[in-house]
Amino acid sequence: MPLTALDIYKILPKTNCGECAFPTCLAFAMQLATKKVAIDACPYASDDAKATLAGAAAPPIRLVSVGPTEQCIVMGKETVLFRHEETFYHPTAIAVRIRTDRSPEELRAAFERVKALQFDRVGQYVRVELVAIEDATGEPERFASAAALAAEMGLALVLMGSSTDALSAAASAVKQHRPLLYAATAENWEAMAQLAKGCGCPLAVRGKNLDELADLTARIAASGVTDLVVDSGARTPAATLQDLTQIRRLALRKTFRPLGYPAMAFATAGEPLDQVAQAAAYVCKYAALVVTDELEPWQALALVTARQNIYTDPQKPIQVEAGIHTVGAPDETSPVLVTTNFSLTYFTVEADTEASRTPAWVVVVNTEGMSVMTAWAADKFNAESIAKAIGESQVAERVGHRRIVIPGGIAALSGKLEELCGWQILVGPRESAGIPAFMRTQWKQASAAASS
Amino acid sequence: MTVELVRETWPGKIFTVTIGATASEGGTRARTVTVGGHAALPFLPGDAPSPNRPVVAMEVMDAVPQDWPDALKSQLGDVMGAPADWARKCVEAYGAELICLRLNSPHPDWKDASPDAAVATVRSVLEAVPVPLIILGCGHADKDNEVWPRVAEATRGERCLMGVATPENYKTLVVSCLADGHLVLAESPIDVNIQKQLSILITEMGISPDRIVLHPGNASLGYGLEYEYSIMERIRIAGLQGDKMLAQPMLTLSGEESWKAKEAKLPEAAQPVWGSEARRGPAWEAITATSFLHAGADILVLMHPEAAAAARRAIADLSAAAATA
Repeated sequence: MPLTALDIYKILPKTNCGECAFPTCLAFAMQLATKKVAIDACPYASDDAKATLAGAAAPPIRLVSVGPTEQCIVMGKETVLFRHEETFYHPTAIAVRIRTDRSPEELRAAFERVKALQFDRVGQYVRVELVAIEDATGEPERFASAAALAAEMGLALVLMGSSTDALSAAASAVKQHRPLLYAATAENWEAMAQLAKGCGCPLAVRGKNLDELADLTARIAASGVTDLVVDSGARTPAATLQDLTQIRRLALRKTFRPLGYPAMAFATAGEPLDQVAQAAAYVCKYAALVVTDELEPWQALALVTARQNIYTDPQKPIQVEAGIHTVGAPDETSPVLVTTNFSLTYFTVEADTEASRTPAWVVVVNTEGMSVMTAWAADKFNAESIAKAIGESQVAERVGHRRIVIPGGIAALSGKLEELCGWQILVGPRESAGIPAFMRTQWKQASAAASS
Repeated sequence: MTVELVRETWPGKIFTVTIGATASEGGTRARTVTVGGHAALPFLPGDAPSPNRPVVAMEVMDAVPQDWPDALKSQLGDVMGAPADWARKCVEAYGAELICLRLNSPHPDWKDASPDAAVATVRSVLEAVPVPLIILGCGHADKDNEVWPRVAEATRGERCLMGVATPENYKTLVVSCLADGHLVLAESPIDVNIQKQLSILITEMGISPDRIVLHPGNASLGYGLEYEYSIMERIRIAGLQGDKMLAQPMLTLSGEESWKAKEAKLPEAAQPVWGSEARRGPAWEAITATSFLHAGADILVLMHPEAAAAARRAIADLSAAAATA
């Protein structure tokens, strides 16, 4: 919770010496409250006052990163409870849990399967980013070699174990990859904190409930380890959802520091589809990290897509580059389609054009990420902007004909657009699903008519 | 340390809506379904226990599209041409709590079926199952306006949820529902203001606000899910804050949109990295629907039996009494 000017005034010297360049301490406090000046401008501020101000400036949910610097996964520092209030910033990291009680060959194969869980969706690269290696045998060497293997294969790591010896061996083997160590508990927190400090690794903390969890993080933070991820210990969907909600609310509404860390959750269902439903629920409601069982590609695709959706900035829809795009290998006789730069619109048009098996040129108009009808209503997708985009795309140099296809929803623009750009306007289908039929019939007829 | 939990209390409450009527209530249903009544956001009994958990309806069509996905045909092929059998199967074999009957046939571009034929279909489904009905038109305004009054009359007193009312076409439907004791499903195109305006228009015709269910859009996983999700969340928050025109239970039709997604349909051979299409399709539908649960959806309408089953398990899990409430 930000400090008010009055809160700050109370911890200033109250001498009104003026050395900070403001006439009174209260005036200075008002400037501090709005972050227009720094506390350093006051030569007499106590260390306590400085610490209080620094603490108040820290984000309510700490930013914690896991993994090697060049591909680190950032968690936390969220600012809202509902994505429409602003946005959710750091997409829930997904860790696939793999136990060490199998042969090195089997482990390698399992890690390969995790690595393969990466997809290209609407122009974005999305993937499962972590493997959570769980020490199943208590053998330090086995754990360490499994960790080393996964790290070598380029996977970011969570190391899960209840034996601090084994965890220590594994952490030492891969500490330059900054694995998340799981987990400090009431029984072992001192040793775990020391291990995390020694390796410079982030540390997960598990309580039996929120009360115990807050106790533990307070103690561990006091010992100097502050890159923490919190686990309330809940393992059912109902309890997990409630704890994740409380952790987020306490951090944001009360600036409750002991729980002001990224939170993690476990998908525990036995049925593969329920694993995804649980994990997707925690993506919606506040998990910074979700640990799942091994995921089949169909599970991972659904889960990372849900995450991509929920973490899309509501103010800034995903956009594709304006200009000329191609579907297939179009030539000088291929159709020219016009659409908007809202990624969902573009990729739907692209998919339906692909389905039509007609190579095509697509001129993408910059509509600031709005869909066809929204952009039309907002006057971002009008005769002028389309004519301009056609000109700038230089599509005229790519095709011999002068016919463009516009979305059916904006048929009313045809006359004006034809006047402005000089191309013949063909009105396409209202829904892009109609593109294949359109290509088979109207486009063919128009081309035939022109060539005859 | 005892953590002082942050509880949220709201000035408003979501209307409680009961779909269906038993014999003593003037209908013929063996049981009714009640949704809404919430005084808190979903699945947070610590804020306020919710009297009614979300429910799963299954969609039955009087005619299926030509290009209906194979994954659905393989499950429902035996009942595809017989809505009554289809509905019975959904209730008896798949545990549907409601049947959502979509009357596609009257559409001039489909079969241009007569209102009489639509009435006969509705009657056959009503007789086949003991659960309440949701009845959807074909989306062709003029034809819907011929069919709705007849269907409403034929099901008088059954307290069906009928839709969809849109800002462009709601009057005939509302009049029919008023006359014959049904409920109105009000649809907006992912827009809070239009949704609210529609509720105002509908209630101005004399229907009480507890006889409306909201349907704030058609999106699916990967294809606009986040828009519908946030609109639902905003509607629910507005309702809890006391806006009575947005304080209705919400419904989501996940089946149709989900199965339009290429991710739901494309064979594994065409896209090996996506994995099994037999699992992917139902998952696409199930995750679309269950994500909306967290934004406040009260009625999930699903098509694939596996998706419906997964949604029911998710609801049961989320509604279970938690150890740390």
